[in-house]
Amino acid sequence: MQLYRAHVLVCGGTGCVTSGCMDVHAELEKQLEKNGLSEEINVIVTGCVGTCDIGPILMVYPEAIFYQKVQVEDVAEIVEEHILKGRPVNRLMYQDKTSEIAEFIEKYYDIDFFNRQTRIVLRNTGVIDSTKIDEYIARDGYQAIAKALTEMKPIEVVEEIKKSGLRGRGGGGFPAGIKLELGHKADGDQKYMICNADEGDPGAFMDRSLLEGDPHSIIEGMMLASYAIGANQGYVYVRAEYPLAVDRLVTAIKQAKEYGLLGDNIFGSGFNYSLDLRVGAGAFVCGEETALMHSIEGLRGEPTPKPPYPTDAGVFGYPSVINNVETIANMPQIILNGSDWFNRFGVENNKGTKVFAVAGNILNTGLVEVELGTTLRTVIFDICGGVPNGKKFKAVQIGGPSGGCIPAEYLDTPITYDSLTSLGAMMGSGGLIVMDEDTCMVDLARFFLDFTQEESCGKCTPCRIGTKRMLEILERITEGHGQPGDIEKLEELAESIGDSSFCGLGRAAPNPILSTLRFFRDEYEAHIDGHKCPAGICKGLLNVEIIEDKCRSCGICARICPVNAIAGQRGQPYVVDQDTCTRCGLCIESCPFDAISKH
Amino acid sequence: MKSIADLKKIREQARHNISLRESGERTQVRVYMGTCGIAAGARQTIAAIIDELAKQNIGDVEVLQKGCIGLCEHEPLVEVERKGEDSVMYGHIDEEKARRIVTRHVIDGVILDEWVVNCGCSIGID
Amino acid sequence: MQNVTLTIDGRQVTVPEGTTVLNAAKELGIDIPTLCYLPKINEIGACRVCVVEIEGARYLEPSCIYQVRDGMVVKTNSHRVRQARQINTELLLSDHAHDCLVCDRNNNCDLQDLAARLGIREYRFEGVKNEAEIDDSSESIYRDPSKCINCRRCIAVCAEVQGVHALGAAERGFETGIVPAQHRPLADISCVNCGQCTIVCPTGALTEVSHVTKVARALGQKQKHVVVQTAPAVRVSLGEEFGMKPGTNVQGKMVAALRQLGFDGVFDTDFSADLTIMEEGTELINRIQNGGVLPMITSCSPGWIKFIEHNFPDMLPNLSTCKSPQQMFGALAKTYYADKMGIDPKDIYSVSIMPCTAKKFEITRPDMDSSGYQDVDAVLTTRELAKLIKSAGIDLATLPDEEYDDPLGISTGAGVIFGATGGVMEAALRTAYEVITGEELPKLDFEMLRGLKGVKQASVQVGDLTVNVAVAHSLVKARELMEKIQSGEIDDLHFIEIMACLGGCIGGGGQPRSDDPYVRSKRISGIYTADKDMKLRKSHENPAVQQLYKEFLGEPNSHKAHELLHTHYIERER
Repeated sequence: MQLYRAHVLVCGGTGCVTSGCMDVHAELEKQLEKNGLSEEINVIVTGCVGTCDIGPILMVYPEAIFYQKVQVEDVAEIVEEHILKGRPVNRLMYQDKTSEIAEFIEKYYDIDFFNRQTRIVLRNTGVIDSTKIDEYIARDGYQAIAKALTEMKPIEVVEEIKKSGLRGRGGGGFPAGIKLELGHKADGDQKYMICNADEGDPGAFMDRSLLEGDPHSIIEGMMLASYAIGANQGYVYVRAEYPLAVDRLVTAIKQAKEYGLLGDNIFGSGFNYSLDLRVGAGAFVCGEETALMHSIEGLRGEPTPKPPYPTDAGVFGYPSVINNVETIANMPQIILNGSDWFNRFGVENNKGTKVFAVAGNILNTGLVEVELGTTLRTVIFDICGGVPNGKKFKAVQIGGPSGGCIPAEYLDTPITYDSLTSLGAMMGSGGLIVMDEDTCMVDLARFFLDFTQEESCGKCTPCRIGTKRMLEILERITEGHGQPGDIEKLEELAESIGDSSFCGLGRAAPNPILSTLRFFRDEYEAHIDGHKCPAGICKGLLNVEIIEDKCRSCGICARICPVNAIAGQRGQPYVVDQDTCTRCGLCIESCPFDAISKH
Repeated sequence: MKSIADLKKIREQARHNISLRESGERTQVRVYMGTCGIAAGARQTIAAIIDELAKQNIGDVEVLQKGCIGLCEHEPLVEVERKGEDSVMYGHIDEEKARRIVTRHVIDGVILDEWVVNCGCSIGID
Repeated sequence: MQNVTLTIDGRQVTVPEGTTVLNAAKELGIDIPTLCYLPKINEIGACRVCVVEIEGARYLEPSCIYQVRDGMVVKTNSHRVRQARQINTELLLSDHAHDCLVCDRNNNCDLQDLAARLGIREYRFEGVKNEAEIDDSSESIYRDPSKCINCRRCIAVCAEVQGVHALGAAERGFETGIVPAQHRPLADISCVNCGQCTIVCPTGALTEVSHVTKVARALGQKQKHVVVQTAPAVRVSLGEEFGMKPGTNVQGKMVAALRQLGFDGVFDTDFSADLTIMEEGTELINRIQNGGVLPMITSCSPGWIKFIEHNFPDMLPNLSTCKSPQQMFGALAKTYYADKMGIDPKDIYSVSIMPCTAKKFEITRPDMDSSGYQDVDAVLTTRELAKLIKSAGIDLATLPDEEYDDPLGISTGAGVIFGATGGVMEAALRTAYEVITGEELPKLDFEMLRGLKGVKQASVQVGDLTVNVAVAHSLVKARELMEKIQSGEIDDLHFIEIMACLGGCIGGGGQPRSDDPYVRSKRISGIYTADKDMKLRKSHENPAVQQLYKEFLGEPNSHKAHELLHTHYIERER
C-alpha cells in the first residue's frame, strides 16, 4: 500500500469551490508533479472546514498548518518551500483578526475558531476525503451500524437514542428517540425513513456541508434509524440547489453498495436496506414534514392535516419517520459511544452539540459546532471574533426567517431550545445572523417577511395573504409612509397569523416582527412618528441635504443627479428637492467639497 | 463485505492513511533537506524511508522535512524520535542505511550506534 | 365505534369517535362558520375560518377536520377565536374583487354571507390584489380569478368526483392561484364543461357562461319565434331557487312562467328523450343482431362525451351515434316543427333549459347544425332560468299549472326518468323488451338500476337474450368502468349508460346550489314520482313520436333520422 509522508487537504465545500479551490487543487497537483512529490504527498479534497469567508483553504499534515485564501499563484511557493523543504509559508497562514498586531497562527488546533468548538457532527468534515468510503471507515465509520445489527435489537437502538436526549436539529426540537419509538411501534410491514435535507433558511448551510463533507455519516445514521423503526427503505430528500451534495451522496451510496453496506443481509444480520435520493425543487415549506412527504410522492409540496401523523400514515400512506440531516448525523456517534457519552455534552434537556451557520456582521463567518448551553457571547465573540470594523453589536437573528432577534443584553443566555423560544426566537436549523449598530431592525423584519411571504405554499389564508399584508405595512414604514396605527395593525395580524396558520411556516412567520417589536419598538416609532431611520438604512427616510457653507455651487451634483432633484445657480448654495430625490447617494459621492450629507 | 471482521480489516488498512491527520504523539523521522542535504542525496533517502515504511506496513510515523542545520558535512542527515524517547541524529544516510534505520530503530527501537552523529540533544530545533 | 364526551363552549356533548369538532358542535346547535369545507370532498382546513380553541393546544385548530377526543374542552367563540376568524375573513376580502353589486353571486355568495355574519364593516387590510386575467375561453365555464379565494373546492370536486384534474394550484406565496392544467385556457384542456366546479365555488370565481342576456334579447325581437325545451331534471329542482323543497315538481308552473316570459312555443325535452330511446334502442338491437361494436354506450351527456374523447379515444366506436335529446329537439324544431308551423327556420330561436353547463358547449359542436342553422341557439341553466323568472317579477309559487304545447311537448314517463342516473337504461329496457319480445313488460320499474350507487350492473332477460347492462354516474366511476372493460375484467356487457354528473342530470352543474346533503336523492324521488304519475310510461307508446316517424322520419335509424339525429365524435388529446 501507498504511504504518504504528508497530506494536503483542500477544502472542497461549496463555499470554497466558489472562491476557486478547484483551480488551486489543480495547480497543487501540477506543482507536486513538477517537483517529483506526487508519490510522497497525498492530496485530499475534503468537505467544508467551516471558515467559509477565508477560502480556498489548504491544510498540511502532519504539521497541521492552516493556509487561508490560497490563490493559484501561491501554490508553487507552498510546494517548494513547505512541502519540499519543510519551511511553512508564514504569510499565507491564518491570522488572528481580533488582535491588533498581525499574528500568524500556523497550527489548525491553535486557532480559536476551531479549538473552542466541540465537533461531534462535524468530526469528519474537513478532515476526510468524502468521496472515499475507506477514509470514513478509518474514522470508525460503519462501526455503529455493525454494532447495532449484531449486538442490539431495534428497540435497544430506540432506547439508546431516547436516553441520549437527542432532540431534532431541524427546528422544533422534538425528541428524536420518541419519534423513532413511534415509528418502531407503528404497525405495518412497509415503513419509510426519511432524511430531510431540504435546508431552506437563508444563510443556513450546515446540512449541505455535512452531506458534502461526510455523506457516509448520513447513510450510517439513516441505517440506524431505519433499523430502529423497522424500515428497509430510506429516502434522502435534498434540494436540487445542492448539486455538490447530491453528487457526493450519490457517490457515497454507490460505494456503500459496493461494500455491501447497503443491500441485502448486511453483516449477515438479515437486515436489508436500500437508500435513495429524492431531489426536490427546494421550497422552504418542504421543511414541514407532510409537505416534504407529498413532494416525495410527486405532489405539490404543501402541508396536509395532522393527524394522520407521518408515523401512522406517511409517504404513500405508510408509517414514516422524518429527521433532519444533523439529527441523523448524531446517531452513529451515539450508538457507537453510548448515550452516557453523549450526555456529557450539553445541558439539562439540551444534550449534545448544535451546528450554527454564523453570518452577518461578524469577523469569522462559517460553521461552528458547540455544545448546547454555550452562551451566545462565546459563539459570537470568542469563536467568531465578534463584530468587525469597531462597530457595536446590536442583535443576533437566530432561527432564520422563523426565528427572532436577540439583543445585546441577552448575550450571556446559554443557547438551548427553550431559552431561545422564551426570548421569542427559535433554534430553527441554526442560522445565526449577527447585526451591528448600522442595522435597521424594521428593515430586518421586512427582509425576513419578504422571504416567508414568497415561500408560503399559499394554502391557508393567514399565511398566503396575511404575510403579504404584513410585508406591505413593513414596506411602507421603511419607505417613510408609515401611518399611525400601523404598529397595532402589525401586532394584530402577527398574533392572528401566528395563531391560526396551517403549519409551522405561517405560525412562525410573524416572529421576526414580534421580536423586533419587542426589543426595538422605538425604531418602529422613530420611522412612523419621527420620520427617521435611526440606523440610517431606510432610503425613504433619509434626507439628502447640501451644507450651505461648504457648497461652492460648482453644479457637479446637479449634473450627476439622475432624477434632476438638485438645482441652483452660481454664487448660491444648491438645494435638493426632497420630493424628487430618490436618496441614491450619487451626489454625495460626486461632491468634491464634502458638502452633501445624508441623515 | 460480509462481516464485521471485514469492516475491521478495511479500517485497519485505512487508518494508516488517515492517522497522519489525527492529532497525537507519534514517532517522527526528520530528514534534513537544505540545498546541501538535497545535493548529498536526501531525496533518495527520504524516498527510501517512505518506501520502507510502506513495505513494513507502518502508518503511524511522521516523516518530516527540515532545513539545513549546519552539519553539512554529515548530510544526508536523518533524525529519529520515538514516542517518549530522546531523538537520535544519524549522518551520511543513504538509501540502504535509511531502510535499516526504519527496520531497526523506528520499528524495533534499537539505536544504530555506528551512524549516530549526536545523541541526546537534537540540534535542529523543530 | 366508541363514543367520546367533550365540552364545547361549556356544554357537554357525546358523539362517536372520529367526529369532527365542527359536527360535534352542530349537535349542540353551535354553528361554526366554514368556507373551504365541503364534506367528504374538500376537508383540507385551508381557509382557517372555522378555527376553534382547543384547551391544551398551542395553536387554533380547524374544526372541520379536527377530531374530538374524550374530555376535550373546546371554545368556539372566545375572543381569540373570533379575532382570528374575523382577520382571516378580512384578509380574504382584501384580495377579492369588490364588485358584489354586479356579481353573478350577489346575494348568493358564501363569502358575502360570512362577511355579513361576522359584521365586517370596513376593508382594514387593503393592499395589492392578484391580477389574473378572466378566462372566458370556454363555452360553458367562466373563470374570474379576481374572485377566487383559494378554497380549492373546485380542484377537489374536479379531481375527486370527476377525475378530470382540470384545475390545480399554481405559484407560491401571495401569487398562489387556481389555474387550469398547464396554465392553458379552459377551452384548450381536458375540462369536460361539467360545471361541478360552478356548484361548489363559494364565490363568483367560477360560474356558467351566461346566456340570459341573449335569450332576453331574442324574446324582445318581434320577428323571432322563440321556442324552448325543458330538460327532465329541471322540473324537480327549479323550485329550490324559489324556496321549495328539493324534488318538488314544478313542471306546470315552469311552463306557465315560460309563457309569461314570452316564449312562443314551450316544449319538453322529454319528447326527444322518447325519440332518443327509439333511435338508440334500434341502434342497440342492430348492433347485437349484426355483430356491431359492443358494449354500446349512451351519448346523452356532453360532459361524458368530451371525457371519453380525451381519455378513452379507443372506445369512441362504442358510443351510440345518437345525438343527445337536446340536439335531437334542436334539429327537429328548425325542420319538422318549422314545416308544420309554416315558419322560416331562420326566424326560429331555439332555447333549452338544462341542468347542465356542458350543454352550452354541446350546441357548438360540429354536426349540431343539421337543420341548416345552429340547431339550438342558447342554453339556460336551471339557475339562469330562475334569475330570468325573478327578474321578470314572476312569482313561480302562485302560478297556476299549465301544459306543454303540442306536438313537441308530449312525452312519457320513460322520457322524464332520463333526468336520474339509470333512467336512460330503464327507459331503453322498457322499450327494447316490448319491441323484441312483442310482449308487455310485467314490471316497469327496474329498481336495481336506480339510486346513487356509483356503478350498477344488471342482467335482464329479453326473450332468448340475456342483456347485460351497466350504469355509471360521475366521471370517476365512469373511468373505473371503462378501465375494467379495457382490461377485460368486465367483458360481457351489451349496453352502458353513463352520466357525467353524480346522480345523473339532477346533479348537473347547472342546477341550484344546495346545502342539503340529500338533495340528489330528493330530486331523484321527484323524478320517479313524475314517471309514476304519467299515463304513458314507455317511449314507443309516445303518440307524438309515432306521428313524427309516420309524417317525417320514416322509421328509426332511417336515412333522414341519421341526417338529423345522429352525429360522430372527435379524438382529443389527453
